[in-house]
Amino acid sequence: MSGYTRRQFIRIGAAAGGAALASGPATRWWGLDAARAEDPATDGDRVVPTFCELCFWNCGVLAHVKDGRVTKLTGNPEHPLSRGMLCPRGAGGTGLLYDPDRLKRPLIRVSQRGEDAFREASWDAALNHVGEKLLAVRQRYGPEALALFTHGFGGSWFKHFMKVWGSPNIGAPSYAQCRGPREAGFTLTFGAGLGSPEPIDLANARVITLIGSHLGENMHNTQVQELAEAVGKGAQLVVVDPRFSVAAGKARYWLPIKPGTDIALLLAWMNVIIEEKRHDAEYVARYATGLDELKAHVAGKTPEWAYPITGIRPELIRDSARLIAGARPASLIHPGRHTTWYGDDTQRARAMAILAALLGSFGRRGGYLATGKFPLSPYAMPKQPEHAGARPKADKPKAGGFPVAEEVLASGLCDATKPGHALYDLKAWIVYGTNLIQALPAPRETIAAIQNLELMVAIDVLPAEICGWADVVLPECTYLERDDDLAAPAYKQPFVAIRQAAVAPMYDSKPGWWIAKELANRVGLGAHFPWNDAREFVDARLTASKIDVAAIRRTGVSLGKRVATCEEEGAAPPIATGDGKIKLYSEELKALGFDPLPAFYPQEEPPPGTFRLLSGRAPTHTFGRTTNNRLLAEPFPENEVWVNADAARALPFPLANGDRVVLVNQDGVSSGPVRAKVTQRIRGDCVFLVHGWGHTAKGLRYARGRGASDSTLTTRYKVDPIMGGTGVNVNFVRIEPAGRA
Amino acid sequence: MRKRYAMAVDTRRCVACNACVIACKTENRVPNGGFRCWTVQETSGTFPDLALEVRSERCNHCADAPCVSACPTGASFVGEGGAVAVDKRKCTGCKACIASCPYGARYVHADGHVDKCTFCLHRTEKGKAPACVETCPTRALTFGDLADPESAVAGLVRGRKVKTLRPEAGTRPQVFLLT
Repeated sequence: MSGYTRRQFIRIGAAAGGAALASGPATRWWGLDAARAEDPATDGDRVVPTFCELCFWNCGVLAHVKDGRVTKLTGNPEHPLSRGMLCPRGAGGTGLLYDPDRLKRPLIRVSQRGEDAFREASWDAALNHVGEKLLAVRQRYGPEALALFTHGFGGSWFKHFMKVWGSPNIGAPSYAQCRGPREAGFTLTFGAGLGSPEPIDLANARVITLIGSHLGENMHNTQVQELAEAVGKGAQLVVVDPRFSVAAGKARYWLPIKPGTDIALLLAWMNVIIEEKRHDAEYVARYATGLDELKAHVAGKTPEWAYPITGIRPELIRDSARLIAGARPASLIHPGRHTTWYGDDTQRARAMAILAALLGSFGRRGGYLATGKFPLSPYAMPKQPEHAGARPKADKPKAGGFPVAEEVLASGLCDATKPGHALYDLKAWIVYGTNLIQALPAPRETIAAIQNLELMVAIDVLPAEICGWADVVLPECTYLERDDDLAAPAYKQPFVAIRQAAVAPMYDSKPGWWIAKELANRVGLGAHFPWNDAREFVDARLTASKIDVAAIRRTGVSLGKRVATCEEEGAAPPIATGDGKIKLYSEELKALGFDPLPAFYPQEEPPPGTFRLLSGRAPTHTFGRTTNNRLLAEPFPENEVWVNADAARALPFPLANGDRVVLVNQDGVSSGPVRAKVTQRIRGDCVFLVHGWGHTAKGLRYARGRGASDSTLTTRYKVDPIMGGTGVNVNFVRIEPAGRA
Repeated sequence: MRKRYAMAVDTRRCVACNACVIACKTENRVPNGGFRCWTVQETSGTFPDLALEVRSERCNHCADAPCVSACPTGASFVGEGGAVAVDKRKCTGCKACIASCPYGARYVHADGHVDKCTFCLHRTEKGKAPACVETCPTRALTFGDLADPESAVAGLVRGRKVKTLRPEAGTRPQVFLLT
């Protein structure tokens, strides 16, 4: 048959009368039919192991390459973070590689900033332009006037550039706009932050408590793998979320909490656990200080006290507290990840950390683990330049503040670009792989800050909004087209993983290592980039670390010696405070003028007719970074605004599931049209959007105008006074039919 | 013993992340707009007394496949292990099979023929799991030979509470939902 076209076949079929209609019983006897399912032939002629960059988990990936194209991506079974499995984004990386909207050539702005009008330029012209501008900024304002915003693994080359250039102003939105409060809360309690990947033992937990985390929709691969593993072994979930998340659907107890009242619930849980002596008294006596103060602090914070605050019935608070305590120490209070909600977030993280300590789960199986790092030698660098009289970071206001921040505040760098705000003004930005217009709250403030700059360079793969505000746009190739530095994060199974190009860069895009090196050449710092390419850099590190270069290039990963991760394996709890004690009560916070124990303060309520705007994740997307990926768009083409069905009925206009609406916030700022998901799965006092949609950049031809942007609606934010995080769940929106607003 | 391919979908483990969908699409070159598998979140109850069933769905490779009976050209056939597949060379795109399928498991490929899940027979004959099974981060999907009592899928179907979709259609699905 194969010699015939379909049309010919139809004709033959018709001519032969019923002959072709020989289906029916005979075909059910499988094996008798000669037909076979066709092999789509997507296995690679070459399989290149590398690691993913669709999110920041950096799972091990096998890139199948056939006829010079990447046909598919599968999980590397050897890599401890993927274990042979990939999430949709990881499997969908080809949608980024072959995105027709990719930045193809360097661009230099030709009109006003923000008009998004550029001319194409050669790399030489673009880099020369940037080099000259950078040197002028350095001469006039000093090297510290340059800031780097970075998010993503390839940022390492630009961090190195900043180091030799002489500026400490390197910020990532992943701190003050994401996990920063958690890092601060855990550092204050246990002496160290958690980092990424989080050192938690989901697989062995018997009870897992999620507080505002929607793990499963938030698709950190290994964590979701372990969550399912735990559920498969019979672990029970307690899920605290105003939304009936996928995880809530699997929970023994779902606590549909009133947004912004988590601290009250946590205090009530602690009240129950301490009053009923369900905490691990031995562990606390041995490892912690401040139990008496904590006991006194939660004495009146009964479930009955918390009920009117949280909306959670006292018996549900009690029952869930007992379940949580009953499984200790294998009772994991999941630390969450995106934790910048209300400006009191460090204190909420503290309450979670204290609860974990009461359960004796810190340093125990099924709780928080000790980790190890693969010992890697650095590249043997030439002598670093001296930066005499270097100024401190500019990310804090002149008047001081945020005493506990351990990483640079990206929002602080943005503020320091407003004249006179910080110790000195920032005058130039390099923005690597982060769309600050969506990543920072209050995009209008970000845009206003940019207008003060003498130079803004965006290095990116796609023409996100931030590129439209840049003076020069440098097109980086995707992770599948480049080599990068080695990855060796702290993990329960130490490992080192390699990123290597599967295919050559498309268009006139270049890898980050090349861009950083060429930029260094133009500002007289070329000697500090002595490697010819990233491969040579990596091979030098591997050789110095006594790792078989050929082997790791073949397998993608090399495992280190497994470390003892918990008390059951002979490791002491990884408490890193000065005196080795867990701080239930924080003298440090007291000395700084903050509550030494977390206290509940009510949040502002949504005015009548409005809803609190909440945002979160979908498993198919990593914020706005993947929204233009046409492959990932197949199962998730746009975000929807989740509205409670009863609340929808109370609106002044009829709203049916799937109708298009716009959201208008307290400052009159509107979203674009977005479909309403009218559902029972959310409280009536809030609405929910998956973050990252509602793009306006004209170059994102797929994503532009799809869904609503929570960032646009986030005109207000509450800053955490302890570490500077920007709490974003403080905006209120009303719902209007699309077309009327 | 004749093979009887089947799949178990653990609704307790599945989070509807759609990794199965993407892995399937790239493995099988499924064109835009077409799906050989997809995910479903089915909510019941009213706030706050809710229940949610989460599952990955695909062709049920029915033992009594109405699509195969409905196919006028013999393009829809029963292949290795009872898996139902389409011989695109014989398919005229008449869509009789689509009309007959109670599960919406088939779509019209951009090239004009009907396309659907094959249980990745091209992989299973090489001893590999279907692409969706291989990638599933929650290990919610188990593929194997139901006729082999030692197989993991047979163990799950035997040991867990199972159901099939639309049993009233009388199609005898070979994809089993573990509830």
